[in-house]
Amino acid sequence: MADILAYAETRGGALRPVAAEVVATARTIADQMGGQVVAVVAGGPGSTGSAGDLGRFGADRVLVAESESFALYQPDAAVELLASIAGEASPGAILFPASAQGKDLAARLAARLDRPLASEVTEVEVEDGVPVVTRPMYGGKAYGRFRFLESPALISLRPNVFPATVNPRESEIVDLPASDVTARTRVVAVESAERGALDVREAPVVVAGGRGMGDPANWRLLEDLVAALGDDATLGASRAVVDAGWRPHSEQVGQTGKVVSPSLYFAVGISGAIQHLAGMRTAGVIVAVNKDAEAPIFSVANYGVVGDLFEVLPRLTEEIRAVRTTGG
Amino acid sequence: MRRTEGMIVRSIVCIKRVPDSEARIRISADGMSLDPSGVKFVMNPYDEFALEEALRLKEASGQGSVTAITVGPEEARETLRSALAMGADEGVLLRAEAAADGLVVARALADEIAAREYDLVLCGKQAIDGDNMQVPAMVAQMLGVPCATVVVELRVEGGVAKAKREIEGGHEVVEFDLPGVVAAQKGLNEPRYPSLKGIMAAKRKPLSEKDVTLSEPKLELVGLTPPPARPEPQIVGEGPDAVPELVRLLREEAKVL
Repeated sequence: MADILAYAETRGGALRPVAAEVVATARTIADQMGGQVVAVVAGGPGSTGSAGDLGRFGADRVLVAESESFALYQPDAAVELLASIAGEASPGAILFPASAQGKDLAARLAARLDRPLASEVTEVEVEDGVPVVTRPMYGGKAYGRFRFLESPALISLRPNVFPATVNPRESEIVDLPASDVTARTRVVAVESAERGALDVREAPVVVAGGRGMGDPANWRLLEDLVAALGDDATLGASRAVVDAGWRPHSEQVGQTGKVVSPSLYFAVGISGAIQHLAGMRTAGVIVAVNKDAEAPIFSVANYGVVGDLFEVLPRLTEEIRAVRTTGG
Repeated sequence: MRRTEGMIVRSIVCIKRVPDSEARIRISADGMSLDPSGVKFVMNPYDEFALEEALRLKEASGQGSVTAITVGPEEARETLRSALAMGADEGVLLRAEAAADGLVVARALADEIAAREYDLVLCGKQAIDGDNMQVPAMVAQMLGVPCATVVVELRVEGGVAKAKREIEGGHEVVEFDLPGVVAAQKGLNEPRYPSLKGIMAAKRKPLSEKDVTLSEPKLELVGLTPPPARPEPQIVGEGPDAVPELVRLLREEAKVL
């Protein structure tokens, strides 16, 4: 009998989409280990209201530390909060999203508790009452299976991999007292990118462009496709175009960029260098558009179109817009 | 851009020897490790950003020092030589077998760093072999100092570091009093190539080595496998005329539209 702690990440007092993935996965593990799911929310004003939603994904209890100071990520206070909860609850595992915040916090907590951490996990099983995890390594060129030798097992889950399965529980909301931990690391502000908050790692649909796009100005063709695909879609880029300064680093997909697992990935004008393939081969469905029929990208693509992307893209945007507006 | 007013920055840069990002990864017959034959090893690309930043901090103030430390096998000496060739003053090799548990590596680094005087520890945000993204924040926690991870912009003014860290859809602005740890993300700077002069000078720079005994791992690798196979690829057709069929397949077969 071991409970599972689930760190439910918030921003601006609202749960982030990954929070549901983490809590739902905690539910699956807790059912196998015979324990309860305890979700932990550390957030700004409004968090308590959002926290109620976590029962829907299987949280038995939701511990909420709501305060003005938690409106921004406060690593030192968050580490101490989780350390004290872990000290009382003796959980079998502590789950985090493998987000910028989740990975930062998980590593600090692992060192604080002197307990093992597996990052960017894509599969969790329970064997003999102990979590065994699978995670991509070498940018996705190999997968490692790891067994935890001490408890609690700290695990960060790759976004977009684990389903946010609805599994309702009558959850109890518990307010936690305010933290009095002095911040060594002070997060003083958040600056949002112009394009909004959909990150290439968390977007269900990614439209990525490579050198075949020819010129940064041609990205409007990809932006049109993103717009046609709707709110779930965002832009990605190959290393070549990021290194050329055409696109920001935050969009780079590949071993030295972001490893992504969207349900749909469009690779446009990307030949498919080995480090790029490593970064997107776990996508659900891959569509490649390239003029070179021999391009390696076609070896991982579910569907390939060989041709001039300047002819194919506008037609694709038009057809997708048509099927989406008719709702058919 | 980089100001280091009234500050002599003594930097320690943690580096790692990893397979090149263009390398094909083959798994050894034991199913537990990488087959190193024919694999080119390089300095972890993110560590190059960390080292470059340390060098620029030193150059901006005209004072300070840059020490490169690695935990690794004998061969990691070459990676330290590369760091010295780029401009680091000193290299330290903590000789040990590879460890799969980030906690173990962080402990070895933290023990070494704690015995030294430093203002800033710089690391790459992650090594591109294990892809853990753990060691920098663990080292900071073990040393009891602040830390900013995934940093794309850094300023050191007086005794304060101001960093921008990349988060989903934007950036966080982070401040801390030195000493502290910074983990570098791509975009922080453009790392230099070692000059011929730098490569020659590196041969005369101090490079110390010692054996370290790593702590017992708490995370055990039980198997390494190739990535799951992709479905059989299908060429739908050529040119814009293939688009209606592509859209039909995406809707009716793949059901993703």
